[in-house]
Amino acid sequence: MIPTHESATKAEVKGLNFYYGKVQALTDVNLTIAEGQVTALIGPSGCGKTTCLRCFNRMHDLYQGTRYEGEIILYPDKINVIDHSVDPIEVRMRVSMVFQKPNPFPKSIFENVAYGLRIRGVDRRSELHEKVELALRDAALWDEVKDRLRDPAYVLSGGQQQRLCIARALAPDPELLLFDEPTSALDPTATARIEELVSQLKEKVTIVIVTHNMQQAARVSDFTAFMYLGRLVEFDKTDRMFTNPSNKLTEDYITGRFS
Amino acid sequence: MIRHFDEELKDLKEKILRMGGLVEEQIRGAIRALAERDSALARQIIDNDLRVNAMDVEVDEDCLRLLALHQPAARDLRFVTTTMKISTELERMSDLAENICERAIELNEEPQLKPYIDLPRMANWTLRMVKDSLDAFVNQDTVLARKVCADDDFVDDLTEQLFRELLSFMIEDPRTITRAIRLTFIGKYIERIADHATNMAELVVYLVEGKIIRHTLPTV
Repeated sequence: MIPTHESATKAEVKGLNFYYGKVQALTDVNLTIAEGQVTALIGPSGCGKTTCLRCFNRMHDLYQGTRYEGEIILYPDKINVIDHSVDPIEVRMRVSMVFQKPNPFPKSIFENVAYGLRIRGVDRRSELHEKVELALRDAALWDEVKDRLRDPAYVLSGGQQQRLCIARALAPDPELLLFDEPTSALDPTATARIEELVSQLKEKVTIVIVTHNMQQAARVSDFTAFMYLGRLVEFDKTDRMFTNPSNKLTEDYITGRFS
Repeated sequence: MIRHFDEELKDLKEKILRMGGLVEEQIRGAIRALAERDSALARQIIDNDLRVNAMDVEVDEDCLRLLALHQPAARDLRFVTTTMKISTELERMSDLAENICERAIELNEEPQLKPYIDLPRMANWTLRMVKDSLDAFVNQDTVLARKVCADDDFVDDLTEQLFRELLSFMIEDPRTITRAIRLTFIGKYIERIADHATNMAELVVYLVEGKIIRHTLPTV
């Protein structure tokens, strides 16, 4: 199931089970996330890909009655992020997330990006400015907003808002960046910009992306995991998955013959 | 689930089969024009090559359209890209049939050098390879495809044998050189057709198994 990576391991999912109350949403998921690479999770609706993604930064802790079993080991210090003794706030400092719809805070452009830094105790003006600018540059938004950093984030277009959310996620310098269908609410031009960004960002941060758009997975990812009914069906290098998958289910899904 | 795309793939497959059938006729006709010294037939075969060329362009356009509009993946992707290449292989075979006809017309202007025995034998063997590789494509039959790859050796041996025989003619009587060289060319053309059939068979293995066996030793 696990391909040999040329790059180092950033995270390792081992025997992951997940429950919403009594309903088991993930069953024995095993997955290796390669450092500095993009890993895509694909599969039909309800297959568990978003559930799986949300385990990486303990998002499920925000809801009652959810339960994790197994391990998600974050390298290099090998902490198990789903272990109850690990503080989810600590996890989220290292593992950022960008959501399906752009969700900027009702604050200025600047404060949106500075938010994560401030709650981490960064309050020196010069340092804040430096880090906000860097994050906005990394998110390919700086040139469009540098003259109006005090404007409310809501004046930006949808695509710009999504890049702002990426800047916000990048500002605290995370090790792992999670994308949950980041372009499903965007037009093709804005989508292309985000995809381009994903390819550039992997130099700095390891990325896991959930997408419904198969061509998007093919374009942006290095590895692809196909999930079905809460299980991992196939995991391989993306080019292999899209030219010659080894599992019949994967083949059917990728070629659109899934029934 | 039955999809519009599947219909298009089916149409494409049928188009390749029609093209394959036409190319088989071209090769068969070329050999008949040679064996029966029928220059009129040879000229007709040469004219027919235009039809094969047109089909090659049509298949190419279909494949490009399917790639652009449907962005196929996995087996579908392999099918479309393989079909593009198979179309090229078939078109080349037809070109070689045309070349056989050109040499046949030249040969028919002089007395026959010798009874043609090995050339039709080579041609029949080669035609079977072409037919088998097309059948392997239709039925996604990799066993048959691998057999075609192995069969190619026999054509290579016959080509060599033919060359040696014609060489003895030339050594014995230099007046035969023009004709003997033309016949050597024809042997080479047939041998090239068999190579293209082999290429097609290798493409079928890629189509079905996703494995590239080109440029490696044939395995049965």
